[in-house]
Amino acid sequence: MKIAILLKQVPVKDATLELNGDGTWIDEDDVQFEINDSDHYGLAEALNIAKDNDGEVTVVTMGPDRVKESIKQALAKGAHQAIHINDEDVKSSDPLTRAKIIAEAVKGENFDLILSGLQSDDYGYGQTGVLVAEMLGMPHATLVVETEINGDKIKVKRELEGGWFQNIELPLPAVLSIQSGLTDIPYATIKGIMMAKKKPVADVEADDLGVELEGGAFKLEKIYTPVKSKETAVLKGDADSVVPQIIDKLKNAAKVL
Amino acid sequence: MSQGILVIVEHNNAKVNRISIEAVTGAQKLAAATGQPVYAAVLANDCSAMTTELSSKKLDKIYAVANPELADYTPDGYTVALAQLIERIDPAYVIVGHSYQARDYVAKLALRCGGALMSDCIAMNADGGNLTLTKQVFAGKFNADYSFSGEATCFISLQAAAYNADELESGSASVEDFAVNLNKSDIRTTVLEKFEGTKKDVDLAASDIIVAVGRGLKEEANLEIAEELAKALGGDIGASRPVCDDGWVGADRQVGSSGQTVSPKLYLSLGISGAIQHVVGMKGSKYIVAINKDPHAPIFDIADVAVVGDLFEIVPKLTEAVKAAK
Repeated sequence: MKIAILLKQVPVKDATLELNGDGTWIDEDDVQFEINDSDHYGLAEALNIAKDNDGEVTVVTMGPDRVKESIKQALAKGAHQAIHINDEDVKSSDPLTRAKIIAEAVKGENFDLILSGLQSDDYGYGQTGVLVAEMLGMPHATLVVETEINGDKIKVKRELEGGWFQNIELPLPAVLSIQSGLTDIPYATIKGIMMAKKKPVADVEADDLGVELEGGAFKLEKIYTPVKSKETAVLKGDADSVVPQIIDKLKNAAKVL
Repeated sequence: MSQGILVIVEHNNAKVNRISIEAVTGAQKLAAATGQPVYAAVLANDCSAMTTELSSKKLDKIYAVANPELADYTPDGYTVALAQLIERIDPAYVIVGHSYQARDYVAKLALRCGGALMSDCIAMNADGGNLTLTKQVFAGKFNADYSFSGEATCFISLQAAAYNADELESGSASVEDFAVNLNKSDIRTTVLEKFEGTKKDVDLAASDIIVAVGRGLKEEANLEIAEELAKALGGDIGASRPVCDDGWVGADRQVGSSGQTVSPKLYLSLGISGAIQHVVGMKGSKYIVAINKDPHAPIFDIADVAVVGDLFEIVPKLTEAVKAAK
């Protein structure tokens, strides 16, 4: 069974981010990058399915050279090989264009399953998996929390809103977006790190895939720090000085005491 | 030339979902700015309860798309049916609430219709004839503005509470049945059973005071200091998703896009950074006090009181002070 996991690299959580000069992306200087949080769960599910079904996991990542580090990490955690879609222009932000590039890059691989995380922590479009499915003519399910392969079908448990769940069954090949949080994410072992160095990484140039990179319907005009809609009282200092101030607010503003 | 705004209305137990009422409200405001008509579409096996509910709203038309294959939501069923309706109406905009259901199929529908989707928007602005869509990026640290160009239909999903359902305009709307060509063979997924997760022991939507805990609490054993504060205040414990996933508290205490939407008198958060997924569930709270050691935590942007400090020092003393004040 051939399984792909679409991984994205994003700035580390809690990174202090500044905007670049023209307000179209962040200033990448001094910013560290890591595998997008929810994609860890997609990778974990891909590895679990591969283990139980004699499968092979291919990491598919788009981005500039720096994403090689995240690919290496995913390989150390147990993925078998990788495709790096080299795209220096990280600002090419249109979700449709990004999905087209990925769909073109994986089309010839005939994957049985293509997994992704739910959404990225940078743009957060949450569309890539669904769009890739439609482009490749495959059925899909999102917000998946459990999977079970039954022959040429896959049964998945999906999370609905308000604490509800639903089981559905899809024919393979299929695309699944995995919900965060519900499986343990794998850690790289020393052996895994050693083995990762020998695993194949195929380099693909985004420019060579024949996808029109400009001309998406949506144009990112600017990124900016939002204007605060609220007056916020900022309290700093040790506990003895802030506690009486909080009590005052609870009494006189929130009126709950 | 495409014309009009189509809202796809989501429903549960024969009632229109709140997020769809918000979407209709947003569509009405966009209509006022652009002079375009607003249509609503309901998909179900039997649409009558929802079309009756919508018929007292200010809408130019309601399309009832009834078909046995639409009794259960499936991405294929909704996409095939809506693509036919959209081809017939040829709207300039399609608007939906950014719900779990919308995340599952609207991008696919947009692509099928030759359009494109901007997801999870918090504002639509049509001043000067050009549409600007605003969405939060980098987990809420920044906003991004997008323009839309071209002749294709522009699909927009709106974040919960982007528009206020209380501002919905009433009116009277006619209902038109729209028959779709949809067969079992169009639908590749088989819907099996639907079931509720863990039993609920609290309904946070009804709580007046919520003390919410996040990753900043570090470990489950520290939950006790939050519980003592909640008890002193007469409130309930809420939590961000990671805390629920780790099993410290039940999933019924989760606040955010995958959990509850709450608006208590007081929302006091401890060690929650304020990722968008959490904030959408609590930003309607009447009064927000956030305690976090990171002065740049996004939750401070929506807080009435931002306490920058060590919750492990502050909370026990706060609990004592609350007890003394009561």
